[in-house]
Amino acid sequence: MSRNIDRDLTRFKQIVRGKVRQNLRKYVNHGEMIGRKGKNVVSIPVPSINIPRFQHGPKGSGGVGQGDGEEGQPIGKGGQQPGDGMGPAGSEPGDQHYREVEVTLDELAEMLGDELQLPRIEPKGNDAIVSKKDRYTTISDNGPDSLRHHKRTFKKALKRSIASASYRPERPMIIPTRPDFQYRSWKSVPLPQSNAALIYIMDVSGSMMDEQKEIVRTEAFWIDTWLRNQYDGVECRYIIHDAAAKEVDEDTFYHTRESGGTRISSAYKVCRDLIRRDFPPSEWNIYCFQFSDGDNWGEDNKDCLQMLIEDIMVHCNLYCYGQVESPYGSGDFIRELRNLTEEHENLVLSEIPGKDAIYDSIKTFLGKGK
Amino acid sequence: MAISTHRTLPEDLVSIQAEMQARAKEEGLDFFDTNFEFVDYEELSMFAAYTGFPQRYPHWRFGAQYDELMKGYSYGLQKIYEMVINTNPCHAYLLNTNSKADQKLVIAHVYGHCDFFKNNAWFAPTNRKMLDQVANHAARVNRYIDRHGHEAVEEFIDACLSLEDLIDPHLPHVKRHDDHVPKKNSLATDNEQKTDETNDGRFPSEKQYMDAFINPPDVLQAQAEEKQKVQEAKEAARSFPTRPERDVLLFLLEHADLRPWQHDVLSIVRDEAYYFAPQGQTKIMNEGWASYWHSTIMTKYGLTDAEVVEYADHHSGTMAMSPQRLNPYKIGIELFRDVEERWNKGQFGSEWESCDDQREREHWNRDTGLGREKIFEARRIHNDVTFLDTFLTPEFCQKNKFFMFAYNEANEHYEIASREFYKVKEQLLDSLTNHGRPVIRVTDGNYKNRGELYLIHQFQGMPLKLDYARDTLTNLHRLWRRPVHIETVCEEKSTVLSYDGTSHEMKSN
Repeated sequence: MSRNIDRDLTRFKQIVRGKVRQNLRKYVNHGEMIGRKGKNVVSIPVPSINIPRFQHGPKGSGGVGQGDGEEGQPIGKGGQQPGDGMGPAGSEPGDQHYREVEVTLDELAEMLGDELQLPRIEPKGNDAIVSKKDRYTTISDNGPDSLRHHKRTFKKALKRSIASASYRPERPMIIPTRPDFQYRSWKSVPLPQSNAALIYIMDVSGSMMDEQKEIVRTEAFWIDTWLRNQYDGVECRYIIHDAAAKEVDEDTFYHTRESGGTRISSAYKVCRDLIRRDFPPSEWNIYCFQFSDGDNWGEDNKDCLQMLIEDIMVHCNLYCYGQVESPYGSGDFIRELRNLTEEHENLVLSEIPGKDAIYDSIKTFLGKGK
Repeated sequence: MAISTHRTLPEDLVSIQAEMQARAKEEGLDFFDTNFEFVDYEELSMFAAYTGFPQRYPHWRFGAQYDELMKGYSYGLQKIYEMVINTNPCHAYLLNTNSKADQKLVIAHVYGHCDFFKNNAWFAPTNRKMLDQVANHAARVNRYIDRHGHEAVEEFIDACLSLEDLIDPHLPHVKRHDDHVPKKNSLATDNEQKTDETNDGRFPSEKQYMDAFINPPDVLQAQAEEKQKVQEAKEAARSFPTRPERDVLLFLLEHADLRPWQHDVLSIVRDEAYYFAPQGQTKIMNEGWASYWHSTIMTKYGLTDAEVVEYADHHSGTMAMSPQRLNPYKIGIELFRDVEERWNKGQFGSEWESCDDQREREHWNRDTGLGREKIFEARRIHNDVTFLDTFLTPEFCQKNKFFMFAYNEANEHYEIASREFYKVKEQLLDSLTNHGRPVIRVTDGNYKNRGELYLIHQFQGMPLKLDYARDTLTNLHRLWRRPVHIETVCEEKSTVLSYDGTSHEMKSN
């Protein structure tokens, strides 16, 4: 029997899903709201649908509580108003009420794709490099004794003995016979092999501030989400550079703060070597995303462009350059690159003045469907 | 779709119920007949989401509530044991997975609620046939949905809900003077006014030659002009209502330009808001009263040896205190007990008040034995605000470790601000008054003589949350369909927020 509440629940879920859709722009700009935990499912704190009412401001003037403690002892963090006076859990809606909505990364990518109207990507090369692996996840009637599943065997014997009425509760003895025996068994699981490589390059010279890095982080997350949705497996590599460049892990990539001058060619050198070493272009779809504030050491530009054209761009599906606006950067580099866009179709440039522009920037980068 | 299957209690519970009912009656509780139903958690969550009624109009917020309850339950975070609604006869739902000791506790608790519903003055005007009315509401809304579409009706309901708080919770109890004064009187005042008008503000002068001095003609003329101006201005403004109206929803029903179905939906929302208002006003008392009785009945009669530990565990779980949130069960039961003890020992009246010998106060016992009587009186006449205002004592606050917390801008934490009795009490009453919501009145339905709506927020030190206020104005505009304004105080300046259908405006003086 269908119940009224199911109808309301469905309706609510629709609204929430729809809400995610409509407000996606907001989420993109607040990447920190999205946790990537567990295997694939992320819990997104989505504001519960709060019907607006005339109500008192967020901090109010406090409330009354019970318990031990001296005056001045903190009892709750700012930002979350402790229950204002009343109510057991649930009777009074709290001030900032977040509802957990489970959306898988795939769904998120779908939404991103819909919202940004991103074209599906046509992979090149051997897009189905798949290997197989055996995993012991099933049960079989036959097998070696060493793999016998005792619990299942016992259960089956118990079932049989109850069914055949030979089970006596006062003397509960179970004797498994051959047909009861159950064994652990394997299943072949196709393991997709990575066939897209993402290479992120970030300028960490003194002129890149925390805010710029936050922009890069958010944008990288969404690019990552989209490309992972498009390819079976994705390999990510990270390069940071100031006057010298090195390959680093993800964590370092987002958290390092170097200082000093900028020599973009150093990063290109590392990138070139990386592609040569790890990602033969015939088998890999290579994506490069470079983020910088556009400041480069003047004489370096010529080397840069040459290396970019000859050694990197020829191998890439897409070479994206995002220029973050920073108070110190001159922003020259994008002008140099602009001269190349006519000849090189896979070079995409985007200027990102602030957090709000991330959305458009992602659209520029991924809108080509490559 | 109706779910009318009555899920009767299993045999063993029927006998428990009969016993509990007899015990409750013995103790002096007085309640309507109570129908118990035996439901699983899904059903209980459904009833709870529907605030106890098996049928509500379709709306996503019930789904949201249900989702939260089900998730909370399936992750083992929370559990509802029972649900009871204020109708005659009362309806109560019991969770079928409760253990026997729990069921006893819960049934005793339910009878406490039923007694409170029946006898507390604040519940007196509520509709005891609400079960039918709510079902009628559902049917009506469903009909509108069929006719005008889900989207349209739901959006309109959302707009109404956004204004749901703007009712006058005291209205059902108010008997206004002029509702009952016979017409004669109003004639009399009319006459007075007339005589007032005809004498033009002249002072009586007995000697004619003095008249020009006592009532100088130019002053008289100026007065007359002034009067006329005022009169004209009044007419021009044609402002209504004549006195500020707290029941904004009623005002909208009477004056807003609504289509018939919208009018009906708004009146449904208002009816339900009034029905639920007393439950908000008496949360502490209601839960306290029910807890007082379950604990009294259980410890006196109900428990078998085997159940003591389980009972104690669950009782104390319900009564747990937390530093950030007052537990209404806890303050309620403690305060009822405190009142009972004080009146049993005669700790009241001027003699007690004037005694400041600490030792004497501690051992004060006049064996007055009025406790029971007093708490029954309290449950009859008080609501949370008056209850706490009347019975909260410094000793009680100290014993229960009450404190007041406030936001510390410097370290962005809420901190214990004070344990001083008067501050705690003030804060507590503040947060209970009008359910902690701002008091807002309509003062003018024809503002600027342009049919605009003007509301005033009665500022009590707490500013409105501006983004919410703007969105609420937008919703108000949906109903009023002319520009709407609300006067409030923002950053210590008198401010008017306005919305004219296209843009928001904020003016401060």
